Amino acid sequence: MAQLTLVQAINQALDQEMERDERVVVLGEDVGVNGGVFRVTEGLAEKHGKHRCQNTPLDESGIMGTAIGLAMADMRPIPEIQFEGFLGPAYDQLVNHAARFRTRTRGAITIPLTVRVPVGGGIHAPELHSDSPEAIYAHTPGLKVVMPSTPHDAKGLLLASIRDPDPVVFFEPKRVYRSFREEVPEDDYEIEIGKAKVVSEGEDLTVVSWGASVFQCLEAMDNLPEDVSVELIDLRTIYPIDMDTIIASVEKTGRCVIVHEAPKTCGMGAELTARIQEHCFLSLEAPVQRVAGFDTVMPYYKLELDYLPDAARIGEGVKACLAY
Amino acid sequence: MAPEAPVTATLPAPIYGAWMMHTEGRMPRRKSYEAKIDFLQILDENGKLDARLAKDTLTDEQVVASYEQMWICREYDETAFKLQRSGRMGTYPQNKGQEAAAIGSALAMKKGADWLVPCYRENAALFMHGLPMHYILLHWMGDERGNQVPEGVNQTPISIPIGTHMLHATGIAWAMKLRGDEDSAVITYFGDGATSEGDFHGAMNFASTLQVPCVFMCQNNQWAISVPRSEQMRSPTVAQKAIAYEMPTIQVDGNDIFAVYKAVKDARDRAVDGGGPSFIEAVTYRLGDHTTADDARRYRDQAELDSWLEKDPIIRIRKYLESKDLWSEKDQKKLGERAKKIVAEVVKTAEGIEDPTTDDIFNYTFAGLCDELETQRETLRTNSLGQFPEQAGLRGRAERV
Repeated sequence: MAQLTLVQAINQALDQEMERDERVVVLGEDVGVNGGVFRVTEGLAEKHGKHRCQNTPLDESGIMGTAIGLAMADMRPIPEIQFEGFLGPAYDQLVNHAARFRTRTRGAITIPLTVRVPVGGGIHAPELHSDSPEAIYAHTPGLKVVMPSTPHDAKGLLLASIRDPDPVVFFEPKRVYRSFREEVPEDDYEIEIGKAKVVSEGEDLTVVSWGASVFQCLEAMDNLPEDVSVELIDLRTIYPIDMDTIIASVEKTGRCVIVHEAPKTCGMGAELTARIQEHCFLSLEAPVQRVAGFDTVMPYYKLELDYLPDAARIGEGVKACLAY
Repeated sequence: MAPEAPVTATLPAPIYGAWMMHTEGRMPRRKSYEAKIDFLQILDENGKLDARLAKDTLTDEQVVASYEQMWICREYDETAFKLQRSGRMGTYPQNKGQEAAAIGSALAMKKGADWLVPCYRENAALFMHGLPMHYILLHWMGDERGNQVPEGVNQTPISIPIGTHMLHATGIAWAMKLRGDEDSAVITYFGDGATSEGDFHGAMNFASTLQVPCVFMCQNNQWAISVPRSEQMRSPTVAQKAIAYEMPTIQVDGNDIFAVYKAVKDARDRAVDGGGPSFIEAVTYRLGDHTTADDARRYRDQAELDSWLEKDPIIRIRKYLESKDLWSEKDQKKLGERAKKIVAEVVKTAEGIEDPTTDDIFNYTFAGLCDELETQRETLRTNSLGQFPEQAGLRGRAERV
């Protein structure tokens, strides 16, 4: 098995699916010869033809809107939006159109598209290149939202997303793009959308996170006293939420800390907290603790590491929850 | 295309009727459509000036000053690139090659009265209209204070997303019209790629229907990251897009400071006289990469770049000045040293500014902070969690200790 980065694993999934299913079309700004701003689509235009890895005009609404049309006509479009901040101009098409067609037409017209979007901070990027808007799209009925944190999961989840009959927002944490490699099978495999992963088992407290923050959580766990046993869950899919895995864990540990980069208010931590108290009220030994970004505009990079939850802050959260 | 079945009596047949009468049921056909767009060049690549067209444009002093400005801004640009490469600054988009478009247009606009609504490849124009030079470095060093445009400087901060700011320019110009401001107008800068965004068309249409004093200045530098103009649009000029909005429009040699100045001056005069918006396509070239985050050699021919290096606006203006004995080797040596000194000073200023505190993340969220944000600000100050006022040390500290 090859050792791949997140970028390479996603590239491989795209390549293999383009090979397998000729309905798959990648489209977006600079995805052709340049291979996208993060080189995720590198080599696809050369191998599968420029018409299947199509450079588009600089128009996010156009990219999303035409991807909807392609999907309606039984193609499998994979639009790329260069950074999560540029989902803004595509928002209307994604939220008001892609997400609603199945319902509006009572199933007559469906939109099997997968929009790939680099997400999150921590890479010294300019303004509007570092946000974490996953909750906005999880809040949109009709969209599935996925955010893998590892190369292995990314390949399996991307293949599942492309083959999913409904629109999927596939967030790729840019901080992880080239941060490490792991073994990724060459074979075709899917990871079911809506299934979280227990990264490490533990008894005393559950930490739920996703995207790049998973690695900050791991670092925080390394710094905890040895007798503290933490169970870490990587949500992997933001919506639909895998409550079974979370409930089983919190019923066992009685304590939960949720970690995300996005602003705290109305972030996914709020939804998870509500559900945990709905399902696990009598198991809880402490209030659910959120360690999140702040309710501010994501700062430029001089202050971004102060904004993002780091191992120290997560450690504080774990300690506070344990000490309650 | 006439409907095959006869239109039933209940349908309003006259919808089709008008053009069917003239075209006998067929849409008129033309081999191709060609928009007529004027192209203005006054100073050619060899530094030769068309004196007739140059009349009433720039004085000798202005040309010398523009050349100096260009040189200083090029020095600034190359220094910024090196700062990024040496890890002292984040991503930076070089302006190299587009200085004539920036400076010529800035000269034609009225400092203090007009507004500049930029993208990010016209630094020189911003400096000429009062933005301290270290602000742009500060921005790319990841510090929002680089966007804190000083009082009295009429410009919006550089715009990172593509094409969203032209609507703001239209809005500012609309306000000028509503207030009856005299002798003021807006200029907005954007690239060829930006004209693909829907917001561009909204801005043009609003400006046109409302007849506001706005100059739309497209710096067509031929590339939107890796996408060449030919893949960006089918139209042979960008300027022709303005025809749809019934806007006076012209294509100019964007590396010719005289042509840029004249076109923008005409457009501004028209705007302040109540003539509404105008469109200018400045044909230029991005001599650098899109930003320091990419490598144009991956997608761009060296031969194409080489041909444009010869058209560098700095070369031709210098040739012109030398041909008129307005510039000497000695002047050049002095300017070179002066530019280095100015830029070194600017870098020193930008790097000398103390890092922002974490309070800076919160303080501008609203005019006044709500309790929640105050709590969060305090938790970051104290390195605590941000969950409750108690954790921030704002309440009940005694009980917890």
